[in-house]
Amino acid sequence: MRFIRKTRYDQDINLIQHSGHILWYGLLLLAVFSGPFWLDRFLTGEFALVFIYAIAGLGLMILVGYTGLVSLGHAAFLAIGAYMHAYLLNAGVPLPIAMTVAALFSALIGGLVGIPALRMTGIYLAVATLAFAVIVEQVLVHWESVTGGFRGMPVPRAEIAGLDLGRPAAFYYLCLVILLGCMILVMNLLRSPTGRAMTAVRDSETSAESMGIHLARTKTLAFALSAGLTGLAGALFAHRLSYLAPDAFTIITSIQLLLMVVVGGVGSLHGVIYGAIFIGLLPQGIAIFRDAVPPTVAQIPGLEPAIFGLILILFLIYEPLGIYGRWRKIRLFFEEFPLYRKATYKRQKAFLRTERLH
Amino acid sequence: MTLLDAQEISVHFGGVKAVQNVSFSVAEGEVFSIVGPNGAGKTTIFNLVSRIYDTTHGRIVFDGEDITTIATHHVAELGIARTFQNTELFEQETVLNNLLIGCHVHRQTNLIADLFFLPSVRRQELRFRQQVEDVIDLLDLQSYRDQVIANLPYGVRKMVEIARALCIKPKLLLLDEPSSGLNPEETDDLMFWLEDINEELGITVLMVEHDMNLVSQASDRVMAVADGQLLTIGTPEEVQSHPEVLRAYLGD
Repeated sequence: MRFIRKTRYDQDINLIQHSGHILWYGLLLLAVFSGPFWLDRFLTGEFALVFIYAIAGLGLMILVGYTGLVSLGHAAFLAIGAYMHAYLLNAGVPLPIAMTVAALFSALIGGLVGIPALRMTGIYLAVATLAFAVIVEQVLVHWESVTGGFRGMPVPRAEIAGLDLGRPAAFYYLCLVILLGCMILVMNLLRSPTGRAMTAVRDSETSAESMGIHLARTKTLAFALSAGLTGLAGALFAHRLSYLAPDAFTIITSIQLLLMVVVGGVGSLHGVIYGAIFIGLLPQGIAIFRDAVPPTVAQIPGLEPAIFGLILILFLIYEPLGIYGRWRKIRLFFEEFPLYRKATYKRQKAFLRTERLH
Repeated sequence: MTLLDAQEISVHFGGVKAVQNVSFSVAEGEVFSIVGPNGAGKTTIFNLVSRIYDTTHGRIVFDGEDITTIATHHVAELGIARTFQNTELFEQETVLNNLLIGCHVHRQTNLIADLFFLPSVRRQELRFRQQVEDVIDLLDLQSYRDQVIANLPYGVRKMVEIARALCIKPKLLLLDEPSSGLNPEETDDLMFWLEDINEELGITVLMVEHDMNLVSQASDRVMAVADGQLLTIGTPEEVQSHPEVLRAYLGD
């Protein structure tokens, strides 16, 4: 176990809290930055996808994990980012500008969706965002002059100032750098008053309001930031798909995004990464599973969404804190070994309203 | 000088007249208690002052400013902090973070500064932390600093809630049944802290309380209400022996 002697308040504010962080996160950075050298082409591409999911996951985590608002419509923001980006690239706009505009536009739409959503929480908000996603999907299908409808829309190769970013390794680094940038921004947000206001709204709206927190502004901001990050992920996703069609942004995609947050661990940034790895690589797992079982089972239509749904339910029942929660328990077990108390994480029956987990 | 002045306030929920024509004023620096049987409208009066409910009739003036219709989140900025009857803390956060949220009204940075964690944000965080530590020292909460609220016993939560309210650096502190759920020793401690808060920090206290012992020892003046109506205002002794108050509690 590590005991940290604290002599300055800065130690609680810094992102790197002790030497262990430097060592382990340093090694992790080394591993991901050297990724394309020891991964084959296919896996390099798959990890780029994991990074894209992680960026979208950061966005959704701000909303679901930290502000406590559920969204079943984040595929719509992914789509808005992707289409906006591709449209601008086709119009000859340079990639960095197209990507920024795509993210900002998505954030704007997110803010607008957030306004009616202020009056709703929980299941009602989930249904409202779902409805929004359906509307966006229909717009993508029918606004043919812009989106190309079912015919789809080609996405130009990624390139910045003549530098080709279309190759798997280059695209891997593009996604990685953007992900790291977004992570730092989100970590900063969470240790500053804006992020604290969001967690306050999540835990008790009445109380947050009497602490001087503007509920409407905080929620709208959470929606806008969330949509902006997801839109940014959408812009990268467009390159990954290389040809946009409405069927890439359905309700299933929204559920996948939510699954990522829940399976990874609601309310933790580690969870976003675990969740992204999980849903990024799960389709490969399902493909292997299909090969292993008899064809009658493997060819059941809708097998993939069913497995996604099943996993979501199993996590909600047995590990509501997700992979990150499980990891923390395992780590505590080894830290306290051999004195670990078996009942440490036993779920208690709460009888007071104030003791119930929300 | 009058800090809070409620002028003939009423609130109706449909046909239910929860508070009717209640007028009272709280002077700066005093401890003012509201007592009354269950359902008398004490907490409702609190919710009117902290703008959680809209007043149907009447006016509430705080520090020379009419606050009858201001937005709920402005109340804290003006310097009114409150606690809740059954505690409304941020359950998933540590005591430290709960108290830091109390500092939110003193925030000067904006979103962009926060996202990039500019030096101004760090300086502000350090200043907030200093404020929080002062309150932690005042209320002896050092050992709970890094604990998550959900793991704390009820008595400590009540104190954390008072601490959080103090982080607002309020002029007026509204305490909704601060001693409910506390054991006798904790109630004694509370009495001392109330004195400290009132005398050392110079904060005016308005509280709803059932423990008559605490009320008579801590408060300068007491208001008794029953069925949404004002019975009497006076010193604790006067109120305790007032015939209307006895009737409200004991019946005819």
